Amino acid sequence: MNLLRKIYKARYGYFFLLPHFILFLIFFLIPVGSGVYLSLFDYNVFSKTFIGLENYKEIFNDWLFKKALVNTFIYTFGVVPLWLGKALLVTVLIYPFRKPIKTFFKTIFYLPHVTSSVIISLIWLWIFNPNFGLLNYFMKLMGLNPVIWLGNKLTAMPSLIAMQVIMGGGSTIVLLSAAMASIPEYYFEAAKIEGANSWKIFSKITVPLLKPTILYALVMGTIANFQTFSNIYVMTQGGPEFSTITVAYLVYTTAFRDYNLGLASAMSMVMFVILVGLGIVQFKWLGSNVQY
Amino acid sequence: MTKMNRAKLVKNTISLIILLVLGLMAFIPLYWMVVTALKPPTLVLKFPPEIFPKNPTLMNFRQLLQRPYVLRWTFNSAVVAGSVTAVRIILCAMAGYAIAKKRFPGARLFFWIYIASMMIPNQVTLIPLYIIVSNLRMINTYWGLILPSVAAPFGVFLMRQFMVTLPDEIIEAARIDGASEFQTFWKIIFPISKPAIAVLGIFTFVNEWNDFLWPLIVTNTTAMKTLQAGLVMIREEIPMEYALHMASATYAAIPMLIVFFAFQRYFLQGITVGAIK
Repeated sequence: MNLLRKIYKARYGYFFLLPHFILFLIFFLIPVGSGVYLSLFDYNVFSKTFIGLENYKEIFNDWLFKKALVNTFIYTFGVVPLWLGKALLVTVLIYPFRKPIKTFFKTIFYLPHVTSSVIISLIWLWIFNPNFGLLNYFMKLMGLNPVIWLGNKLTAMPSLIAMQVIMGGGSTIVLLSAAMASIPEYYFEAAKIEGANSWKIFSKITVPLLKPTILYALVMGTIANFQTFSNIYVMTQGGPEFSTITVAYLVYTTAFRDYNLGLASAMSMVMFVILVGLGIVQFKWLGSNVQY
Repeated sequence: MTKMNRAKLVKNTISLIILLVLGLMAFIPLYWMVVTALKPPTLVLKFPPEIFPKNPTLMNFRQLLQRPYVLRWTFNSAVVAGSVTAVRIILCAMAGYAIAKKRFPGARLFFWIYIASMMIPNQVTLIPLYIIVSNLRMINTYWGLILPSVAAPFGVFLMRQFMVTLPDEIIEAARIDGASEFQTFWKIIFPISKPAIAVLGIFTFVNEWNDFLWPLIVTNTTAMKTLQAGLVMIREEIPMEYALHMASATYAAIPMLIVFFAFQRYFLQGITVGAIK
């Protein structure tokens, strides 16, 4: 009775919260909870039967899933360090310049970020085009042989990684710049007076003070790149010879092309567990000595 | 002193060169998209390619707009992105207000549920979400395109973070002046939260316009597709018409470039919003 009265007295809290929370419950919390449940079923167009852990057994015996997992790791660990390194480098390099120059470069690096990944993928399909593409034109200018960038299983994955690194980083640069602007300038001044060189200042002052932001960018970047889908769907469909198939793409084809929803759910659960694991490792690795 | 100045000059020059190289690498693809879109289709296959088009033409765009469904896809994208943005702003502002300023049993628990949810990758919810939307008979409807995006937790967190900084006195003052709970929210809290609302609105609109995976899954007729899915479909239908592909890409990018330059300040101030590409 007491609780009910409390709830009645606070009814406006619920009145404001519930419209969003009901949608959040139906379209977010329930799906999160039922992912595990679905992965225990043989769930297709015709039937839904409980099969326990069979789906997990099946995917771990499936060479294609393992291939997709390895590819996803290669892609993520190819993109994330280079992309974060680029973002850090640009942030540090634009820092001393006046505001208009900073804004100019931030704008340039941010532009690919408001352009959708489908559009970026279409552009790069055209750039990578073996016969008429811009990249092979540059190759010829330098006296090199044209390359079938996306049609060769050795170059397809590196091409996708390079594209992501070249186009990415905009929002991280903005984020890091904001964090760096909040570092008191006399930290850098003092270090300079003490005779510290640029690398010392970067590694001993800039990076440690930016750590929380770097950690945030690292975790979010890992999550985002681990789920890479649009570029695979538009550019390679996982080929050639499955050399660019990623878990997210395999989940998509398993669920919405083969309509094997239980198996696909098991795959996304494995992906989730790996991402949680990576997140914990990153927090452990960078999270110590972080001052908020 | 001059020696120091020279050292600084050299350092700045090297910095600028590195920045320009990296910047050009990111910019050239976008430039190439626009330039290709402005060339007549026959010239696109010319070798060596024209880096600066001599006779720019809009014929590819005319051809694009004459294709069936292109205007419909544009309409769909605008309706979905616009509705998600509007509904999300209002519901998230309300929920953020409740969590930031209202005391009620469970308030903290709700807050932590929202925070924890933000770390969950959307791949995890994808398949169950599809099944739920399908059970609600919302596949291939605007509802199915709109509601799941409104439900995302991030907006509530953002609004809460802003509103928690507002002084309690203004709410108290409104109450003493006889404003109802709803009036207090709508006439006082909502208007002063404009900075947070602008950020949430702008980023939601851009993300929704650019979204691909969910519209791809939840729609199953050509007429219900959004522009992003439509672009991919055009490429699949006529794989060799590069000038048209680039015109369609430019066409879909222009609204977002306008949004970007109109609200540049918000994009470049560095609020931790949106996914990292």
